[in-house]
Amino acid sequence: MKIDRRDFLRFAGFGCVVFASGLGGMGNLTNRAWAAEDDFFFVQLSDTHWGFTGPAVNPDSTGTLRKAVETVNSLKIQPDFIMFTGDLTHVTDDDKDRRTRLAGFRDIIKELKVKNIRFMPGEHDAGLDEGQAFKEFFGETHYAFDHKGIHFMALDNVSDPGSSIGQTQLEWLSADLKPRDKGSPIVVFTHRPLFDLYPDWDWYTRDGAKAIELLMPYSNVTVFYGHIHQEHHDNTGHIAHHSAKGLMFPLPTPGSVPVKNPIPWDANQPYKGLGFRSVEAKGKEARYAISEFNVKGEKL
Amino acid sequence: MKSRLLTYGAMTAFILISIVGYLIAADNEQVVKITAKRFEYSPKEITVKKGIPVVLEFTSLDRLHGFNCPGLKIRTDIQPGKANTVRFVPDKAGTFPFHCDNFCGSGHEGMKGTITVTE
Repeated sequence: MKIDRRDFLRFAGFGCVVFASGLGGMGNLTNRAWAAEDDFFFVQLSDTHWGFTGPAVNPDSTGTLRKAVETVNSLKIQPDFIMFTGDLTHVTDDDKDRRTRLAGFRDIIKELKVKNIRFMPGEHDAGLDEGQAFKEFFGETHYAFDHKGIHFMALDNVSDPGSSIGQTQLEWLSADLKPRDKGSPIVVFTHRPLFDLYPDWDWYTRDGAKAIELLMPYSNVTVFYGHIHQEHHDNTGHIAHHSAKGLMFPLPTPGSVPVKNPIPWDANQPYKGLGFRSVEAKGKEARYAISEFNVKGEKL
Repeated sequence: MKSRLLTYGAMTAFILISIVGYLIAADNEQVVKITAKRFEYSPKEITVKKGIPVVLEFTSLDRLHGFNCPGLKIRTDIQPGKANTVRFVPDKAGTFPFHCDNFCGSGHEGMKGTITVTE
């Protein structure tokens, strides 16, 4: 089943999507007319790990991202924007190879019909050179923008090799939040989880609690992130955190196995565990309908 | 003269007591020297006894690494050319994984080990 905007509208009323809201519940959402003028959707793609090789994990490592691009391009109605939440490339210890991989990634995603594309790094892109190569290709690693009544912020918790956001960026976050109404809708993008999802597997941000503390006074905050290569939903207080699937290899659920290794490729279910998500936003009301899709565009 | 002798005597006694005390304390510590390099610790499996103070002395052979053992709530940066020491008293038995938490390259994910605390 290919997806289009009509699917989003249809599924929105039947609970086939994860509904996320800073304040409201699903009941309010399903009773509302969904398609208002300020409604829109964006697509989150994550952890593409361009440059990774490992046939036992993904024998189509050079084709998976291309397939995802084709799938997104096949949408009858295109998203307002696309967000890549880090680990665009797989780590290499060689600075030149890092740039080659970033260029390779860029060349593939150039084929996306949507040209409003936002990027942020993962530790594989930026952890060894503090984001220098990433910036050469995709600009700043943290920034903010507004879209149809929602304030979006990209926080960089990977350019510091110790996975800290850092005091400078925290001050920027604080200053950016300060003039905003406490009830205004805010969406935060990060690569790593801001909260202590599973510290034994390094699934946390060292000073993430400081960012959450700054966000906590705002009642309509939702965080979308990557890093853990699987869908996961959690809350810190009223702040919802949603991780996305990756597009190279899935990882086990937190703490489910002694050692965190990529889940092997299943020849009977190729691309299992890989995919992307769409997020339909009810502008200004901080309500989001999240839909998960596999690489072929089949709704999960 | 007598008071000077008393002073010297007191000082000597203080120093001797301090040295003996230090030796007793050192004898009761479990000191583990650990080297870190891309992408391994040596040793990577450490065993210590519960209730006895532990000193972990880290040396990096190449670049910045980290040591994070969430189960025992201990972490430190391991900077090259610098003494990196962590002291703690293990208060529970078990096996606790640790890992490098300063991203160090292509083998970073595999840079890990365990601390086993025995009764």
